Amino acid sequence: MSTIKIRTKRLDGKTQIRTLISHPMEHGRNMDEKTGELIPAHYIQELLVKHNDNIIVNSNLGAGISKNPYFAFMLKGGEVGDKITISWRDNLDNSDSQSREIE
Amino acid sequence: MKDIISVNLNNRRNFLKKTTVASAYAATIMTGLLASENAQAEWLADLFAPAPMEDSFNHSFNTNAIALSDEIKLKLPTIAENGAVVPITVTSTLENVEQVYIFVEKNPVPLVAIFDLSPELDAFVSARVKMAKTSDVIAVVKTQSKLYKAQKLVKVTIGGCGG
Repeated sequence: MSTIKIRTKRLDGKTQIRTLISHPMEHGRNMDEKTGELIPAHYIQELLVKHNDNIIVNSNLGAGISKNPYFAFMLKGGEVGDKITISWRDNLDNSDSQSREIE
Repeated sequence: MKDIISVNLNNRRNFLKKTTVASAYAATIMTGLLASENAQAEWLADLFAPAPMEDSFNHSFNTNAIALSDEIKLKLPTIAENGAVVPITVTSTLENVEQVYIFVEKNPVPLVAIFDLSPELDAFVSARVKMAKTSDVIAVVKTQSKLYKAQKLVKVTIGGCGG
């Protein structure tokens, strides 16, 4: 199952894009309570949002983003059936990508 | 093969041209291309290093003097019960917004995120950030020509270090 959920909503000719990604977003300074060792940093560094083939958001993220990150953006225009693609890559080089059509 | 790469490069360039760090990107684009299809550019590790707020500003913008603007609206709770999840929405009525930066002043790493927004988007970003303790949250908006900021104090009753 994909780690990325995408929701779109048409509002007065605009399209709101919301996304929820499941990711631990560990910043590397937390202690594991059982072993007393530091939990290694593991967080998303890059997030990309595409509208059809155009990149509309290109972002660099730090570990200051909360666990299971949520983001929302507002697209001017956007038609029913247009494709929104969201992808991320983390510091351990894992990545995921998901597409959804505007409803 | 060569053609494909150069076309890709051009697309990337056009988008990246807008960012202040285009030259830094240019050198890393090739490695990014080879490393992963999804990753568009190398992550800006320098900017996300632990540092005091002032240094973080200097690093990101080469200046500390950024004008406050009424045209940036920050939607944040006054009191955050849980510092691990603090919702933030940045909106702006400024023209030609290209980038939105979010900083939490008292976090070990003040810079939380940089969003490069294309002209297709409204100046609107929502996210959820961690806050180690009570601190100012600062949003910096970069338009074509200038930098503006807005800030708001958020009181945190439980720190966000616990992830």
